[in-house]
Amino acid sequence: MLTIPKDLRDKIVTHARADHPDEACGVLAGPSGTDRPERFIPMTNAARSPTFYEFDSTEQFRVWKEMDERDEEPVVIYHSHTATEAYPSRTDISYANEPGAHYVLVSTRDPTIAEFRSYRIHENEVTEEPVTVVE
Amino acid sequence: MAIEVRIPTILRTYTDGAKQVEGTGSTLGELLADLDRKHGGLRDRLVDDGGLRRFVNVYLNDEDVRFLAGLDTPVKDGDTVTVLPAVAGGVL
Repeated sequence: MLTIPKDLRDKIVTHARADHPDEACGVLAGPSGTDRPERFIPMTNAARSPTFYEFDSTEQFRVWKEMDERDEEPVVIYHSHTATEAYPSRTDISYANEPGAHYVLVSTRDPTIAEFRSYRIHENEVTEEPVTVVE
Repeated sequence: MAIEVRIPTILRTYTDGAKQVEGTGSTLGELLADLDRKHGGLRDRLVDDGGLRRFVNVYLNDEDVRFLAGLDTPVKDGDTVTVLPAVAGGVL
């Protein structure tokens, strides 16, 4: 299960809406071992594409190093789908390389209702999990 | 002295869980060959016939080696090499 503070959920949705029709992506960092997302880190989609996302490698290095120094982990890795449902694609699954992370997908295909769903992806297996939003 | 190599979680099955390993070599390619002798299979996850795999990022100190000379990038004792899986995906 993913437990996420409401303000972080809202920031992800706002980022996804702002970058629409391109895919938006980013990370929620949290203290190692807590599974608690606390810090919102929007990332540049280096692909700037409506059908693909990729973290900028230099920015990723800086962010990962900073998390390491603060003893944090990428608790959530999020990205948006802008014309399809919030479900991991084959490509999403094959490139999912953080077995400990919650993979959050937001769909912005509907301009008023954002679909917000979370998954575990490990060794090509996708498991959807409930999302609990807390104040 | 040696070159320190930081290994991401997903590849620690090749290093008995170690977050950091050491190796030697004068280029990144030689370093990865040296690591593979101690941690069999690791190199294959980073390199294919065409060079570095597309969705693996390798950094020398704080620079992506793709902006240097890839596998031919010179390395020396005291350097730190960091491996990070790229974070990517798409709808197709």
